[in-house]
Amino acid sequence: MVRCCLKEAKRMDLAVVILVEVLYAIAWLVLVSAGLAVVFGMMKVINLAHGEFMVLGGYATITAVGLGVNIFVAMLIVAPLVVGLFGLIVERLVFRHLYGRMIDTMLASWGLSLMMIGAFKMIFGNTTTGVSGPIPGFTVGNYQINGYNFFIIVVALLLLVAMLAVLRGTRAGLVARGAMQRPDMASAMGHSPDRIYMLTFAIGSALSGLAGAVLAPLIGLVPTAGAGFIAKAFITVIAGGPSLVAGLASASGVFGLVNQFFSFLVSPVVGEVALLVAAVALLRLLPRGITTRFFRGRL
Amino acid sequence: MVGAAHKDFALIVILGVVLILGLPLMVDTHVLTLLIAYGMLALSLGLIWGFGGVLCFGQAAFFGLGAYTFAVAGINFNESTLPLILAVLVPAGFALVLGALMFYGRLGDVYLAVITLVVSLILFRWINSTAGPDYTIGAARLGGFNGIPGFPILNVPGRPDLMIWGETLYFVAAVSLLIVFLLVTWLLRSSFGRIAVGIRENEERVSLLGFDIRARKTVLFAIGAAIAGLAGAFYATWAEVVTPTLFSLQQSAEIIIWCIVGGLGTRFGPILGAGVLAYLKFALGQQNMIDNMFVLGLVLVLFVLFLPRGLAPELARGWHWITGARRKPTRRNHAPRAEVSNG
Amino acid sequence: MAETVLETEGLTMRFGGVVAVDNVSLKLKARELRCLIGPNGAGKSTCFKCLCGLLTPTEGRVFLRGEETTGWEPHQIASLGVGIKMQVSSVMDGLSVHENIWMAARRFNDTDAARRKADEVIERLALGAITRAELGRLAHGERQRVELGIVLAADPWLVLLDEPAAGMTGEEVERMGDVIREMTSTAAVVIVEHDMQFIRSLASTVTVFHRGRVLMEDHVDRVMADPVVRDVYLGKQA
Repeated sequence: MVRCCLKEAKRMDLAVVILVEVLYAIAWLVLVSAGLAVVFGMMKVINLAHGEFMVLGGYATITAVGLGVNIFVAMLIVAPLVVGLFGLIVERLVFRHLYGRMIDTMLASWGLSLMMIGAFKMIFGNTTTGVSGPIPGFTVGNYQINGYNFFIIVVALLLLVAMLAVLRGTRAGLVARGAMQRPDMASAMGHSPDRIYMLTFAIGSALSGLAGAVLAPLIGLVPTAGAGFIAKAFITVIAGGPSLVAGLASASGVFGLVNQFFSFLVSPVVGEVALLVAAVALLRLLPRGITTRFFRGRL
Repeated sequence: MVGAAHKDFALIVILGVVLILGLPLMVDTHVLTLLIAYGMLALSLGLIWGFGGVLCFGQAAFFGLGAYTFAVAGINFNESTLPLILAVLVPAGFALVLGALMFYGRLGDVYLAVITLVVSLILFRWINSTAGPDYTIGAARLGGFNGIPGFPILNVPGRPDLMIWGETLYFVAAVSLLIVFLLVTWLLRSSFGRIAVGIRENEERVSLLGFDIRARKTVLFAIGAAIAGLAGAFYATWAEVVTPTLFSLQQSAEIIIWCIVGGLGTRFGPILGAGVLAYLKFALGQQNMIDNMFVLGLVLVLFVLFLPRGLAPELARGWHWITGARRKPTRRNHAPRAEVSNG
Repeated sequence: MAETVLETEGLTMRFGGVVAVDNVSLKLKARELRCLIGPNGAGKSTCFKCLCGLLTPTEGRVFLRGEETTGWEPHQIASLGVGIKMQVSSVMDGLSVHENIWMAARRFNDTDAARRKADEVIERLALGAITRAELGRLAHGERQRVELGIVLAADPWLVLLDEPAAGMTGEEVERMGDVIREMTSTAAVVIVEHDMQFIRSLASTVTVFHRGRVLMEDHVDRVMADPVVRDVYLGKQA
């Protein structure tokens, strides 16, 4: 009798652990994709340097912490500011000249991505730089849970809520929604598309920087780490479809589940491959993304 | 028309032979062989992208697949003739399936880019994870991130004891590139090639003429993959080792950069781009001041911004200026990436 | 009795809640000339797209020479010998006039026969002077004529034209009318058109669309005289 209950409790523990792992996987995708989603959703620009923007956020955090800044300030304020500013500069120098030329933009951003990797190598060296997670782990029954994972889940949730609130509740959000549906409408309403694009790109970059910063303690930061983000961010955004928040949440949900399911069942590598295969299959079934079929008209 | 074709082919052969014999006087043949493999790889993307309008972000996947097929089959058969054939057929077959999946799904340019990128990433991840002894194909161990060393290099067909390497390999590879170049020229002059260009120009119109664009794009995609696979085999026999980096995104990026720098919509441009940039990378590799990825990236950004048509049209202009020939009105570049580049 | 080359049965196309084409049944005999007219949004262009395979109708069926083609791909329909010209000028801009027309002829001929066919069409449409010119550099009227050449080069038995006279000068419209009348010696022709003067000059049977339905079908003179038609369509133009 007692043994049976013990078994039951163990199973409960395992369920909690799995739930946290799945939520974490989803949150990870939301964070990794948010910046790209904003830029793609508003401007139809696919920024292939997105992964390097994230890595830049990570390096900004580590450098700031090294200079004695509190780690939370470094992650949540310094990194988004630095990367947002960087995005602003790059937009003015490069992307501004390429709007309307989707493939050219993609190629230029790929060039930028290679340049950034090269610059990281020259500045930070081709080695792993790390920063330790500021939140200790704890145990559920016999299982160890990384406390920092909770932080990631909370940040991702707050990010989605904030995006929803901005899009719904503010004037800027209204203009943004207009621009997403009809780029010419926003300019007809008297808003310069040039400025909208500039700000959108800066905000998207800042979100990438934030994501890179909060994920930095979890990964060893190497100059080429961006490649690990870009593909997943890319497919999450495209699979999500036109609705910014709903698309981000639903695509992250699907892919996060698939990833964790196969990671548990087989191995983490198979989990990764399953995610990518699911993405290809999903695009084949819903070529215009999840939110064209479901959650239509939501944000 | 027929006379013009003959003149064209003759000119290519003469120029080709001059280059094949002349280049070794300037550059070491060992380096040249690598440049030739890269040139062939660039030509494969130049064909499907520049003439067919299909931008593949994962052309390296076919290159890597060709190289791995050559290595794995070589270990199993202990000679290189069948492996060389398989190195062409396996990537082509893979592209046929992948292409059918994409083109019959009516995916747009961007989605095509995503899927090809993701597929090459899957291959990269998978090959990287095959380090254990369980991962074997026949007698060949895949070896994970260490790759496969020690497979039989190219030999004279039917004579496994007569290896082709060094200077001989250079001549074999160079002549192969010349033959592939002639085949591509022939393909582009054929109805299939001309209709492929029509599809690049206006997909809907060509389908309204009664041509099945999905099937045609799939076939063109497979032809590109076959050429990339052959390039992979030459790379493998040159390097005598294959590693997962052949599948990497950086490799795919480099192929795209070669095409842009050389000039899309031309046959010679991509090869030129590959030769110049790969040599530049080789030269940069000798020093530690500037990272070569930084330089490659910078070159890509600058070309997209300032010279989106690449070097080849500029060189052609220079050539006509020197020879005093009246320049034909330069074709606007209608590859999809340059939709608005005339503006 | 002439053969029926085109028939639709209860053709219906809905976009979300909007019924763009509502239960349309058409019948066209060989070598017949038919104009589809109606005010903007009447459903004639949507109906046209259903005929050439660019849209799959929500309900109803399409028959070409007795064979059901509902839901076929555009290239399959074109392969039957149907010549199609869309409303927006759609040509291969980077290619020459000859290459454009050659490609259309190539679908039904081998390479050499296609070249002869292209030469023939170019002469027939008086495009000889610009045969090597790139389409992207031509004036609108010339492009329209090349598009017509593309349609003719395939020797179609059914021709579907969406607003062939749009944006043309008076003289060009006249020439277009001649070419279309000439086409009807070998093919049935369906024209979606706005230009009433042009339609009157063709003197054909007219199908009037209104709110997705067929309002009336008769000779152009009787249609123009009809008070209901004047109300919904011509009245608004005056």
